[in-house]
Amino acid sequence: MPLVLSEEQTLLKNSAREFVKATFPVDQVRQFRDSQPGDQDKALRYSRDHWQKMAELGWAGIIFPEQYGGLGLGYAELGVVLEELGHSLAAQPFLSAVLLAGNTILLGGNEAQKQAWLPAICAGEKILALAFQETGRFSPWQVSTKAESVSNGFSISGEKRFVLDGFGADQLIVLARTSGSIGDDHGLTLFLVAPETPGLTVTSLQVLDSRNAAIIEFDNMVVSADQVISEVGKASEVLTMVFDRATAGLNAELLGTLSEAFARTLEYLKTREQFGALIGTFQALKHRAADMFCEQEHAISMTMQALRAIDNNQPDASLLISAAKARTSDAANLIGRESIQMFGGIGMTDEEDIGLYMKRARVAEMTLGDSNYHRERFAQLSGF
Amino acid sequence: MSEDEALKTFRRDIADWIEQHYPSELRQTPGADGSDPQQTKTSEQNWLQIMAEQGLLAPTWPKEYGGAGFSVDQARVLAQEQRRAKVRAIPISAGLSLLGPVLLEHGTPEQKQQHLPGIANGAVFWCQGYSEPGSGSDLASLSTRAELVGDDFIVNGQKIWTSHADDADWMFCLVRTDPNASKHEGISFLLIDMATPGISVSPIRLISGPSAFCQTFFDDVRVGKANLMGQLGQGWTLAKQLLQHERQALGSIGRGDARRALTLPELAALEIGTNAQGHIADVTIRNEVAQCELDSLALRTTMSRSADQARAGQNSAHIASMLKLYGSELTNRRHELMMSIRGTDGVGWDGPGYSPAAMRTTRQWLRAKGNSIEGGTNEIQRNVIAKRVLGLPD
Repeated sequence: MPLVLSEEQTLLKNSAREFVKATFPVDQVRQFRDSQPGDQDKALRYSRDHWQKMAELGWAGIIFPEQYGGLGLGYAELGVVLEELGHSLAAQPFLSAVLLAGNTILLGGNEAQKQAWLPAICAGEKILALAFQETGRFSPWQVSTKAESVSNGFSISGEKRFVLDGFGADQLIVLARTSGSIGDDHGLTLFLVAPETPGLTVTSLQVLDSRNAAIIEFDNMVVSADQVISEVGKASEVLTMVFDRATAGLNAELLGTLSEAFARTLEYLKTREQFGALIGTFQALKHRAADMFCEQEHAISMTMQALRAIDNNQPDASLLISAAKARTSDAANLIGRESIQMFGGIGMTDEEDIGLYMKRARVAEMTLGDSNYHRERFAQLSGF
Repeated sequence: MSEDEALKTFRRDIADWIEQHYPSELRQTPGADGSDPQQTKTSEQNWLQIMAEQGLLAPTWPKEYGGAGFSVDQARVLAQEQRRAKVRAIPISAGLSLLGPVLLEHGTPEQKQQHLPGIANGAVFWCQGYSEPGSGSDLASLSTRAELVGDDFIVNGQKIWTSHADDADWMFCLVRTDPNASKHEGISFLLIDMATPGISVSPIRLISGPSAFCQTFFDDVRVGKANLMGQLGQGWTLAKQLLQHERQALGSIGRGDARRALTLPELAALEIGTNAQGHIADVTIRNEVAQCELDSLALRTTMSRSADQARAGQNSAHIASMLKLYGSELTNRRHELMMSIRGTDGVGWDGPGYSPAAMRTTRQWLRAKGNSIEGGTNEIQRNVIAKRVLGLPD
């Protein structure tokens, strides 16, 4: 697949752009952040109505097979939509419900689980969240949450951090250790759990990017054996694929965010005057803008390549995805820092949007592994 | 036959042809210690000759001018198959990579007939006369004068950084034909026979040792009017077009490095050793190697995206400055890292005590410093990107 958009993908991009512009003004980020008690959407930090509309357009189901209510398209198409959302900093449960939880069921679930959840995800009716993370730096097998065999299934105790859209989710997928020790990639098991299950507590978090994330605690929560996804002890095989796909998608969103931040910075350089001249005439700023452009171009290339590698079932897809996340994260970091610096004092104020871009980019950078993590993984997969 | 199938058949034919004709003595490690450089050079020349006979040095040029008449897709297949067969990259004349495309577009029928076949078969060697001692980054300030007297231009002045001028048969040259016109409009593009009386050439020694660069002096050199390319005063426009080709060529240097016999990870593993997991034992160096490899991959991916854009009819011309800028800086970083990896085993200049491979890469480290200077310094490339691509004000 060439690294340019097809005609159909260009049409999708245009309609996504229009929808996003009309539906998600950047100021929504502040509104969700400054939430009032009693407003469900604001507590959720995204709008389920908007999610419903996106689902009606088919976008929630882009990557799912038609038999489960999806469009049966690929990551190249999903990436187009996510990139447009990134431009507006639109908070929607793509990463949580589609890329992480939805993929876990698609790639690891049995037929009954797929039938039960995938059509509801595609229709925008149910939001699922994947509760896997226990460490700050991405290290998914560092799991100490224990699932111990009891007569009627398993009893789970432990704590999950930074569960994306974990607050207000209709169903949770919980990763717990059934054997082995912390850090082992074997001995991990996935469970489908209703949020009202006794022993489960959800605490909503206030995060830099004003999005929905939660701490979820389990205190001797009992689940039955038929709630297991895939096989007992085999979760890492499923999750490795899930994390790759989710990373590629997140990367597309991050690309939209860094591109918009760069575009806004360029616009500022062309309008802000100091010393009687537009600041964009200063070579000290021009040269840095040229460097930012190079980084952006590489981020575009690498992101497109990673998405297509999944669609093509390429054997080097993991390597290309890690390469893309490392490069895109670095580009986002550079553009985030430089944009604030170039906006100067106004860039430090909450009134100016550019700071919102840097905050979201920094969170996305660290989600599912930052550039250091993915550079290390790239080296390992390259064999040195 | 569908287009895809036709291309597949074409690919097979090309692969077979390379397999049959590529000289066996060139198939060993390039510059492997112990190989005879003179013998290697002869083999390379033979190979160029074999390619030239099929028009494969200028695959997309029309056959009447010595090309192979290939489509862009066929030329891509040829390049891919050469890479696959590990056919070594041999430096080719500036005539082929730089002048040819511009000559095809702007040359008179007589000029094309006279020059293109000689360029395509490698028989006539061209050099580029652009820079002058007083005109480096500010190329358009050049002062080599060409005065039209009767049917001849009388050329006086001096060019610098004229690669291979001492071996070249012809030079394409920027000269000032109208000293009263504005800086850019007084420049014309001349094709000059290096055997013309009044031309003298002296080679330049670089920080990396002997080099292909020369200085070329013009003392009342008579050049026939028919050797003017394009219109009088149009030289700067042609020169800019040609610089785009040069930037693409220089930007691809980083890519060439990726196909070296010893990759950066292999060099690091060899010099530093590996741990129980097979990783480069020094974690700091390993991280830097990973960064360089990632950046090379990014550059290659952007290059193939820009080729895809061109094929899809999208404008990707702006990418040339970026590739030159990024490619040359990456090449420099790779060389800095190779120096770090070798440590004091990499500081040898000549004679015993140091491996020839180490001394070669040390000189390449020095020579690479020029990559971010020649063809328009990287500061100029940043100005070009800021103005032409990003639309920042002057």
